[in-house]
Amino acid sequence: MVLKKERYLPFFLIIPSVMVILSIVAFPLLFSLYVSFTSYSLLDPHSMVFNGLENYLTLLKDSIFWHSLLNTVIFLTVGLNSELLLGLGIALLLAREIRGGRILRTIAMIPMMFAPALVGFQFKWFFNDQVGLVNNLLYSLNVISKPILWLIGPRLSMLSILVAEIWRGTSFMTIIFTAGLMSLPKDPFEAAEVDGASGFKKFRYITFPLLSPFVFIAMAIRSLDIATAFDIVQIMTGGGPAHRTELMWTYVYRLSIVDTQFGLGCAMSYVTVIISVLFAFYLFKQLIKARR
Amino acid sequence: MKFSKRKIKKSILDILVYIVLFIIVIPGAWIIFTSIRPNVEINAYPPVWIPSKITFEEYRQDFFSHGLQEQAVPIRNYLFNSLTVAISSTIMALLLGTLAGFAFARFNFKGKDTLFLTIILTRAVPGIALSLPLFMLFIKWKLVDTLLGLSIVYIAYNIPFTIWIMDGFFREIPQDIEEAARIDGCTKWQAFIKIDLPLSTPGLAACGIFAFLMAWNEFQLASVLTRSLSSKTLPVGLFDFTSEFVMNWRGMCAMAVIMFIPAIAFTFLVSKNLVKGLTFGAIK
Repeated sequence: MVLKKERYLPFFLIIPSVMVILSIVAFPLLFSLYVSFTSYSLLDPHSMVFNGLENYLTLLKDSIFWHSLLNTVIFLTVGLNSELLLGLGIALLLAREIRGGRILRTIAMIPMMFAPALVGFQFKWFFNDQVGLVNNLLYSLNVISKPILWLIGPRLSMLSILVAEIWRGTSFMTIIFTAGLMSLPKDPFEAAEVDGASGFKKFRYITFPLLSPFVFIAMAIRSLDIATAFDIVQIMTGGGPAHRTELMWTYVYRLSIVDTQFGLGCAMSYVTVIISVLFAFYLFKQLIKARR
Repeated sequence: MKFSKRKIKKSILDILVYIVLFIIVIPGAWIIFTSIRPNVEINAYPPVWIPSKITFEEYRQDFFSHGLQEQAVPIRNYLFNSLTVAISSTIMALLLGTLAGFAFARFNFKGKDTLFLTIILTRAVPGIALSLPLFMLFIKWKLVDTLLGLSIVYIAYNIPFTIWIMDGFFREIPQDIEEAARIDGCTKWQAFIKIDLPLSTPGLAACGIFAFLMAWNEFQLASVLTRSLSSKTLPVGLFDFTSEFVMNWRGMCAMAVIMFIPAIAFTFLVSKNLVKGLTFGAIK
């Protein structure tokens, strides 16, 4: 029997959280939804005039918009998959009996603690074509005779921001997978050993299926904060040069702040919100499926 | 013979671990070395790996210089702001998120699953999409450039994750224990404090470190919502070392080291619980 007094208890427990989220997330989103239907410019306070779907239609016709979406897809696909594979590889190495294991596992955590903004500055410096450590090192090893334009070249600039993102993102995957591997039951492996299964077969048929819930968790948590990649990219290249590293987040910034077209920027930011939430939603559905 | 083959394989893998971790550590080590090396060695060609002489000049200048030196960056103000915002928002997010997580785990009501998922997904909203409308609302609410304003934003951002993990923990605690306590005369509230909460410490630790690191490292929202020394945080302060033509790399590296110390200390403090907290709450 539920006491009458306790029937309303859950609402009192949840309401403070909901209130904070409503005022900080939902309310501003409603506001920017409204602004996205106006021609508001930051330079002119009186320009908040309703213009229907015009901003969204402008985006659909804008080739840079499609280019930034494609770049984001490439960035996330290559980035997240590399982080997953590298994380798994390093976790397989770390989850063995090894001298100083605990210290090594802690060291693997370090990149996760770096502020994305700091990672941006740091790799901007390393990849600088004049004074950067990477070119400097290649010079002194006589590998190159003229500077490699890491942050400028069409393919190279994308590669450089990916390296920064992967350096930061891999450590989170490593930690979750190492914990997952160390928590696996021993029996199936011993049985497989008796049957003479090869290392690869053991991985394919025992380790991987048992580890899959951890893969879904890592991906679900990661999907909640992939937008922090904005800090890295904004600082390293700002989406440039010539939109080569333009992602949907940097394009929001460019439209609303640099070009001061706030109405259009809000329309763009709505596109990114919907994409981000759908992506997280999809991964959470997978996670719930994997739990059963 | 088979034994030694195995041993060789193990030592090869061990060496591989050290190489991989060495590569991971290089950027961090480079920052520390840069912050304590003489200025001439920075960007030297060919690169100088180990500093020839150790100097704490940059730290002395940034931290202990009094007066209004031209180059000094107000790192102490930033540090104070960052600590205040990160600690207060972490505590509040844990408090509110834990209560809500408890409600989700222990009560049934209409629309529960939908509400739960909606709350979690608010965390996926990118900061860049929120920062500008939030800035305009904050002007109306008089919260721009205040520590309170920034803290509330981080509380909102960290609640969903806390609810998710804590809900998982509370659901794993058998109802019998709690019922037994209630038969002994505990109220639901006492049962929560004395039984549920202590049993979910790993979850709290994991949520705490995530909330702290998020608030400590966040840049996008802080760069828009803070203006002056009264609320600027360390990640925003990194820009003080850049100017149009020159970068003060050593200063930036010194600040990076300062930023890194609380983050690493806090992570070590709870690292034993971190992984258990993350995976246990989320899997079950």
